[in-house]
Amino acid sequence: MMRIAAGIMAAVLTVAAHADAPKFKIERGEACVAPTAEMRRDHMKMLLHQRDRTMRLGLREPRFSLKNCVDCHASRETGSVLGKDGFCSSCHEYAAVSVDCFECHTPLQQKRAAAKP
Amino acid sequence: MASIQYREIEGRSGAYLALLGVLGALILAGLGATWYMEHNGHYVTGMSNRIVWGMPHVFAIFLIVAASGVLNVASIASVFGRELYKPLARLSALLAITLLSGGLAVLVLDLGRPERLIVAMTHYNFKSIFAWNIFLYTGFFAIVALYLWTMFERRMHGYSKRAGLLAFLWRLILTTGTGSIFGFLVAREPYDSALLAPLFIIMSFSFGLAIFVLVLMTACRWTGRPLGDVVLKRLRNLLGVFVAAVLYFVAIHHLTNLYIARQHDVERFFLWEGGIYTALFWLGQVLVGGVLPLALLFGVASRRALAAAAACVILGGLTQLYVLVIGGQAYPQLMFPEKEVSSSFFDGVVAAYAPSLPEVALGVGGVALALALTAAALKVLPFLPKSLADSDVGGAAA
Amino acid sequence: MNPDRRQFLGWGAAAAAALAPGFRLIELAQARSPQEAASKLQRWGLLIDITKCSDCDACVTACHEENGVTSLGRPATDAQWIRKVSLRDKRTGYAQTLPLMCQHCEHPPCVDVCPTGASFKRDDGIVLVDKHTCIGCRYCVMACPYGARSFVHEAVSGQKADVPRGKGTVESCTLCVHRVDRGETPACVAACNKDGGKAMAFGDLNDPSSDIHRRLRSEPSSQIRADLALNTGVRYQGL
Repeated sequence: MMRIAAGIMAAVLTVAAHADAPKFKIERGEACVAPTAEMRRDHMKMLLHQRDRTMRLGLREPRFSLKNCVDCHASRETGSVLGKDGFCSSCHEYAAVSVDCFECHTPLQQKRAAAKP
Repeated sequence: MASIQYREIEGRSGAYLALLGVLGALILAGLGATWYMEHNGHYVTGMSNRIVWGMPHVFAIFLIVAASGVLNVASIASVFGRELYKPLARLSALLAITLLSGGLAVLVLDLGRPERLIVAMTHYNFKSIFAWNIFLYTGFFAIVALYLWTMFERRMHGYSKRAGLLAFLWRLILTTGTGSIFGFLVAREPYDSALLAPLFIIMSFSFGLAIFVLVLMTACRWTGRPLGDVVLKRLRNLLGVFVAAVLYFVAIHHLTNLYIARQHDVERFFLWEGGIYTALFWLGQVLVGGVLPLALLFGVASRRALAAAAACVILGGLTQLYVLVIGGQAYPQLMFPEKEVSSSFFDGVVAAYAPSLPEVALGVGGVALALALTAAALKVLPFLPKSLADSDVGGAAA
Repeated sequence: MNPDRRQFLGWGAAAAAALAPGFRLIELAQARSPQEAASKLQRWGLLIDITKCSDCDACVTACHEENGVTSLGRPATDAQWIRKVSLRDKRTGYAQTLPLMCQHCEHPPCVDVCPTGASFKRDDGIVLVDKHTCIGCRYCVMACPYGARSFVHEAVSGQKADVPRGKGTVESCTLCVHRVDRGETPACVAACNKDGGKAMAFGDLNDPSSDIHRRLRSEPSSQIRADLALNTGVRYQGL
């Protein structure tokens, strides 16, 4: 009896998990600055590491700047990495991990950020 | 001498629950105010770019300073060996912990980014007296907890003198640190003085003892425990000495400034041209906080006079911190001597400030937190002696 | 130590002493690339001749435009990274104006007091706030002798891509660090030279060949609150 119940639970949960998997659009098809698996696992560590290098030491490696991430990944329609279909928010909302970056950093691509009054 | 007996308060009466209820409501109001300020941003408060520390900081600093000073009673027992104060030591240490909790809660909840408390606890700039204070405050909790343990645990009684000495030295450093937060600031004329550290120490003695007296009298009265005149006479005299000492330091601070030509403008501001700050200084800080308590303490021998004096000291203390913290920021910074200054950023003028409801709610919430923790602790553990009647405290010896 | 080793060490030290100035000159002559760190050999500064300053506030407008600092109609709590200050001598009535911003001190009180180290001085002298670590305690605002810091009192939107700013942190003039790192001048200086009285000069105080260094060497200048011995990076003439 218990085994049947456990089996049903496992099946239901698996289906539920797949149904809610994050859907996101990686807008630019070419490679990111690191392999996908590494980015998925370590992007936070990379961001934390790079932000200190930029802030404290003035190292502004263009490939690793947040501006560059946003420029590539921003949605084609909204120009933002947040909101509906936003690259950052679609995964982060699924994982329920709040993103603090865009309290201060603009989530818009550079040309759209500049156009805003 | 007979050993002192302590007992928890019953804490089952309607009045006790009502007290917790009222304090709980005030705490909730404080939390609500915090959410409102943090969610909307500080523009909803009375604080501005000229007055960045407002009512919450007045309350917080008062509570933190008092927390350090309230431990005096226990120190006098353990460190200076005065037997008469021994039964009061547990309550004194409890209040030190609860007042500090209330003060720190207000301080942390007013931060621009309170969710970054973890950052504050893991990133330190050791040149900052503020950073040192974070260590000193958290260390204070640990040391007083240890001290309480030596008082509660019979087998640890032998160590209470040493624990008391450690707590005593630690809080002198802690309060010096709190005073130095202002004393180290070269940027503002009303601060920038080595005198602020010892002033804060003596303020802590005065405010802490006033709170202790009121809490002791209230707790004994509401639980029907006898409180004799011997104990109260000692506390009365001690409070009088501390109030007088605070007046002395304030007088010296201003007299020295009056002698220095460059400081004349600041003194003119605080002592007669500062509007609300001048009124608060003379009427609140000096009269209600100093002269009136002295008259009550040394002129009238009743318990009501003692309670009234303690209440005046607390009120005067809050006023003193208002004048110091807010008045000190309101006074314009001296950048261009001998010039009239004006700008879009309110340079050269006395900055305007009016306390806003969220700020006061947060500050009062901190006070309520301290009192609620105290009331709850008194029920959970035996902090309060069963009796402080004259016959039970061993007479007027020591 | 035998004589040969001693001699070798002596030659090594002499060679290093001879070569070191050469290396230093080469580093200063090249503009900084984005992959290079800010260098201690440089010290960025401003020289402002306020006799050329009039009622114009091109510097203020340019700074706030460049850095996305918008006014919300709440002057008491709106951030101001730079402001025009009007002075009038109490005895003689002589009137002047000057732009006042973060003075980028060598010994900044704001850096000393910050509990988390968010307020810091970069190696090349620019004083910044690391908003990642700022907890919004406002102690640096208390500590600044120039009132240069602003606390962000409300949520910010529409930030410029190069200038992140957000609610609950403290900010001040960054000497347009994002422009300086690209080899440009701060926005206030550019605007003053284009639309204003040409009162402001920017440059490397440590570089003997820079315009600002030569002017400071040959003309009188002063610091605001020189008595505090903070050695500010912003110098004034005509105060």
